[in-house]
Amino acid sequence: MAEELKMITTWSQAVCEMRLGAGRQEGGSRKVTLTVGGEETLPFLFKEGALPHTPLIAVEIFDVPQDDEPEALRRDLRGISKDPVTWAKAMVEDIGADLVCVKLAGIHPDGANTSAGQAVNLVTKILGAVDRPLIVLGCGEAGRDNEVLPLVSEATKGERLLFGDAVQENYKTLTAACIADGHNIIAESPIDVNIAKQLNILISDLGMPLDRIIINPTIGALGYGLEYAYSIMERARNAALSGDRMLAMPFICFVGQESWRAKEAKVPASESPAWGDQRERGIMWEVVTAMSCLQAGADILTMRHPQAIKIVKSEIQELMKKAQS
Amino acid sequence: MYIIGELINGMYRNVREALAERDASAIKTLARRQVEAGADALDVNCGPLSKDPVQDMRWLVEAIQSEVAVPLCLDSTKQAVIEEGLKACRGKAIINSTTADTDKLDAYLALALKHRASLIALTVDKKGVPQDKERRLELAAFILERAAGAGLDAAELYLDPVLLPVNVAQNQLEDILRVIGDFKLLTTPAVKSVVGLSNISQGSKNRSIINRTFLVMAQAAGLEAAILDPLDQELMRSLITGALILNKAIYCDSYIEAYLKSKLKS
Repeated sequence: MAEELKMITTWSQAVCEMRLGAGRQEGGSRKVTLTVGGEETLPFLFKEGALPHTPLIAVEIFDVPQDDEPEALRRDLRGISKDPVTWAKAMVEDIGADLVCVKLAGIHPDGANTSAGQAVNLVTKILGAVDRPLIVLGCGEAGRDNEVLPLVSEATKGERLLFGDAVQENYKTLTAACIADGHNIIAESPIDVNIAKQLNILISDLGMPLDRIIINPTIGALGYGLEYAYSIMERARNAALSGDRMLAMPFICFVGQESWRAKEAKVPASESPAWGDQRERGIMWEVVTAMSCLQAGADILTMRHPQAIKIVKSEIQELMKKAQS
Repeated sequence: MYIIGELINGMYRNVREALAERDASAIKTLARRQVEAGADALDVNCGPLSKDPVQDMRWLVEAIQSEVAVPLCLDSTKQAVIEEGLKACRGKAIINSTTADTDKLDAYLALALKHRASLIALTVDKKGVPQDKERRLELAAFILERAAGAGLDAAELYLDPVLLPVNVAQNQLEDILRVIGDFKLLTTPAVKSVVGLSNISQGSKNRSIINRTFLVMAQAAGLEAAILDPLDQELMRSLITGALILNKAIYCDSYIEAYLKSKLKS
């Protein structure tokens, strides 16, 4: 048991609350709607202020199969990851993911180059199969994302989904679409608190309310810049709680994407016997990265491995129990 | 920096006329514009020519708070005027000001406690404005001792080292800058300080640049609050940039806009 908090700080401002998903009465079709943010203090310091919402886990799924998927993920997702709709449904219903993050990697012109119609179709199908809010990500190629994401946004108008990522060089099209269709937006900055703040100002200048922006501070996995990401998040959250409205947004951390890119998560035991079983190693890499992000103030974690999701979800529930005690 | 807007003062002709004609809209506009420019609180002063300052204070307070909801800094040398302002004030009030003379100080401490108001205390007494840093500190220590005895939370107290015009007492300004830092050593947590900025350029040419240069120097010395003209855009921009350099705000390219957006909480 950690030592009791001895110094109580009174902060001047809470983090914005972001609502995800709209039910029938609000013009959407979500049976489950969620809220993140609203923190009045630093992570898990329940004695110091309210932490009204439990951090969420979104499962990351892809529209088209990924060639470079590590063995442990490929094996454990066998049978579900071929079809994104089945994948999404299974991870929500069987594993307990709070929401689904669909990455439209296939629309990339150098990749599968699937059509905008296919993307719209897929997102609509997933919306029909799961009753929770979605996160919709483009492929990262600005031109293509600006063609496709507004169409997906329009087709899901009123569902209050979360779209990403807006970056400093390319935020106007996506912001305009999200404002028009009632969605939230992810503002991504390259582990840089100054750019995070600037991008929030730029997006809000277009008319996006501050409580519909979430910060993707960009993280590195354990051993790959996690400590740097941690200090950026800590600095932003301190400023937010001290009254800086332009940083008072919740955080989304792309844990799965980063941790499964780490050598330690990917290299098979045959290549590096001393490191032990790759499956176990990869899962722990994702879990430790996720737990660290939570301690830095993450509100949404996007994750990949079912076992890692289960472990982190149960740890979150343990941590949040102290809110009641 | 806690900014107290100074423009609602009967010393200015537009306010004097608004008072004489009971033109509330002129006062409301002044209040609104100052808050929009970044004022955290508004100074309210009927001016030296008011024939009925008690009633004028009440009318001003009512007019202002029908427009904005910021704390009001009730500014008068007369206790009856301050009391009327406190009675009329629905939100937080700051009493501006008491001197370090025992009778006045004790009476104002009691008023601050009764109305849960903050209190600005000038480090001057009947003997006049101190001529050096030591005397200012001595008076500050006396004020803090009486405040602690009366039970006023140090967070509700602002010490004012009393700025003198640069063309009158140029040799004192460096001492005043130093004493702002020294005030902080007197208590834990440190007591806050405030200045009436425009005094420094009273009777000078180039008032604006004198004001803003002193303000930034005082900010670096640790000044917490200032009574100033928030519509002086260069002054405000200097102040916001000063806060950035002191690492009180996180840099971004639009840091001035970000500062103002953070102030104007909807």
